[in-house]
Amino acid sequence: MIGLDAPQFEVAARNPRRAEKAVLLSFFISLLAFAAFGGAFWVNASNMWLGATLGVGMSAFGYGFVAWGKYLMPRGPFEEPRALMTVEQEERDLIVADFASRGRVAIKRRSMLALMMGAAGAVFGVVAIFPLLRSLGPVPKNALNTTKWRKGSYLTTVDNEHVSVNDVEVGGILTVFPQDDVGGALSQTVLIRLQQSGDIVTEPGRETWGPNGFLAFSKVCTHAGCPVGLYEELTQQLLCPCHQSMFDVRAGAQPIFGPAPRPLAQLPLYVDSSGYLRAQKGFDEPIGPGFWYRGGTT
Amino acid sequence: MIDQLYEWIDNRLAISRGGRHLLNKIFPDHWSFMIGEIALYSFIVLLATGIFLTFYFVPSSHDVIYSGSYAPLKGQSVSEAYNSTINITFAVRGGLLMRQMHHWAANIFVGSIVVHMLRVFFTGAFRRPREINWMVGATLLILAIFNGFLGYSLPDDLVSGTGIRIAFSILESVPFVGTYLAFFLFGGNYPGTSLIVRFYIIHVLIIPLIILALLGAHLGMLVRHKHTQFRARGAREDNVVGTPMWPGFVAKTTGFLFLITGITALLGAFVQINPIWIYGPYIPYKVSYAVQPDWYMGWLDGALRVMPSWEIHLPGHMVPNAFFPSVLLPGVTFTLIYLWPFIEAMFTGDRAEHHLLDRPRDRPLRTALGCAVFSFYFVLFGASATDVLANYLSVTLNLVLVSFRVLCIAVPIIVFFVAYKICLELQGTPGAGQRKVHNVVTRSEGGGYEAAPAAQYPGYAHPELEPVPVDDVDFVSALVEATKEPEAPVESSGVYRIPREYR
Repeated sequence: MIGLDAPQFEVAARNPRRAEKAVLLSFFISLLAFAAFGGAFWVNASNMWLGATLGVGMSAFGYGFVAWGKYLMPRGPFEEPRALMTVEQEERDLIVADFASRGRVAIKRRSMLALMMGAAGAVFGVVAIFPLLRSLGPVPKNALNTTKWRKGSYLTTVDNEHVSVNDVEVGGILTVFPQDDVGGALSQTVLIRLQQSGDIVTEPGRETWGPNGFLAFSKVCTHAGCPVGLYEELTQQLLCPCHQSMFDVRAGAQPIFGPAPRPLAQLPLYVDSSGYLRAQKGFDEPIGPGFWYRGGTT
Repeated sequence: MIDQLYEWIDNRLAISRGGRHLLNKIFPDHWSFMIGEIALYSFIVLLATGIFLTFYFVPSSHDVIYSGSYAPLKGQSVSEAYNSTINITFAVRGGLLMRQMHHWAANIFVGSIVVHMLRVFFTGAFRRPREINWMVGATLLILAIFNGFLGYSLPDDLVSGTGIRIAFSILESVPFVGTYLAFFLFGGNYPGTSLIVRFYIIHVLIIPLIILALLGAHLGMLVRHKHTQFRARGAREDNVVGTPMWPGFVAKTTGFLFLITGITALLGAFVQINPIWIYGPYIPYKVSYAVQPDWYMGWLDGALRVMPSWEIHLPGHMVPNAFFPSVLLPGVTFTLIYLWPFIEAMFTGDRAEHHLLDRPRDRPLRTALGCAVFSFYFVLFGASATDVLANYLSVTLNLVLVSFRVLCIAVPIIVFFVAYKICLELQGTPGAGQRKVHNVVTRSEGGGYEAAPAAQYPGYAHPELEPVPVDDVDFVSALVEATKEPEAPVESSGVYRIPREYR
């Protein structure tokens, strides 16, 4: 046994007096700072005062504890024994055998009960997942394949105004919605007026979709669904600010850079007799990011 | 009074039986064992500040007209969630401080878990018998990241709203069940009206409860196994060397709790975080420039950016682009983390029980692999700032993106070989990594010189001393001894003379 005069029992501090003073001082500082925090809170001082007083108080309080524990305790080191986790095979065999034989006797003599208990439990186990499947939310069905855009939908601004051909300046863009879903997250569509006038054909088969220099694309990015909100007029490119996919407007919003794998869906437009821009029909493909049941190979 | 109370309880719970054993529990002194404590205490700060916030936060997506004191938002239609968060910020006394402390503590929580995990990995502390605790720890990391994301989403501001939209797309991208998962979590197609309510209850109740339970298991197993320790004088597989729980360790660790609280309070006071009043409320068709998630989601965001625009198309079905970087990558990552103790044991054939830690240099392959894999995620993290970097460096986005695609393959390979080489070099350098002891040279009056090794920093484990079996010590007398006045006045030169026989 080691005597108490061994160096293991000396305090860790080189100069215990100074350590004592440091601990005392830090507790005193924390006392002042806590009081100041109370005052600051009482008079509803600014966030900085509240945080500074609380922060200094807590830090000084904590430092006091740490310094006390670190410098003014017997410095050790001390040791304690540790039992290894590895268990002898016989010890395990004993308990396993006991567990198994008790259970075997209890169940085998009453096998009908066990069977019924298992059946009841199994039924509940299956039934218990019903709420997850039936009440958390509707089944997707066709919801991801369609939007609120219909044949004849007016292109409507967020202020509920129908957009006419004179409302967008040349080279400008506007976010539009169908009139019955203004502000809708999924029907948001970006309307672009190109420099060219006349009908814009982005792809064969879309000869009438871009009347008078207007083109409209779903604003939901085909990568991760962010709004494709930035338009560079010079290069006629749409940029998604989330992951920097770029789409070439003139080529039917084909992705030309970044992770987006598919073009933005194009909305076929027409100009009605009063000069309002309207949809010929809804989008002809699911908008936005992909999903397992999407199919198609656009 | 206290004696009687203790007696009353003790006679009902028999606390005294085995109590001394608990008081004597040994905690090793190495600094790297403190990182887990940071995680634990930032979690306590999270609970405390989080409870404060629940008193004022309204988890609802319903729109209200903002009529508070913050002028730029006056008259705007915002969700109740956003409205109440703004009120916490500007109207509730101490609200902004609590919000910012909560957010900072969350960042520190996840960060310290990651660093703690790296420490455990590189020192081989995950080996038998601690594989289960390693997996519990990995689960805690996943839960911490998830809950961080949910909490970040609750204020319903423009930046977090965009994050939720991305989360919906990620869920949607899972083959077979993705659309169902997304619809069931959000209560229908995006955006739905239930997501704030659901995110809220998951964030404040469900995940914290699971974290608490797993923390209990994590610490319970730690007590059962007792701490690992580095090789040092007197340290063996069948003992633990360090400071006893009471009073030395308790003082230090309690101090640590307050220090962490103090540091988060100072951060909350002086370093602005998540200023949602500047971001504005979430409006689905609006988006701001330079959208970045909290740091612990950065690697996922970066992976989403650097992933080439590939998708798999099958008849009638598809595997969307987002699946690969945001479902497959984290899935593989965490599977590897969970299985690592077993993978390593398979390769090394070492299935023995270990309580003494490895120095990273002594396991060069593990260390190099760990560094390489970590550098991969670090590059991905950097890639979440492609737009900011392009702007800052005035180069094209294209160049930055392509560079990152190259870097995420090149950097891990380089790091692997460099780390491997450094390990070998360190092995060949005697005393590398050990604290160097300075010599203090004093000149005597006669003009002679004398050199003596300076004192070690106080409080560090002293390799020159033999550990004392704690159960043999009358600790009270030891403490009395330790509080005695020093007999000789301590020299101010800072030289601590180690008695010759222990040198």
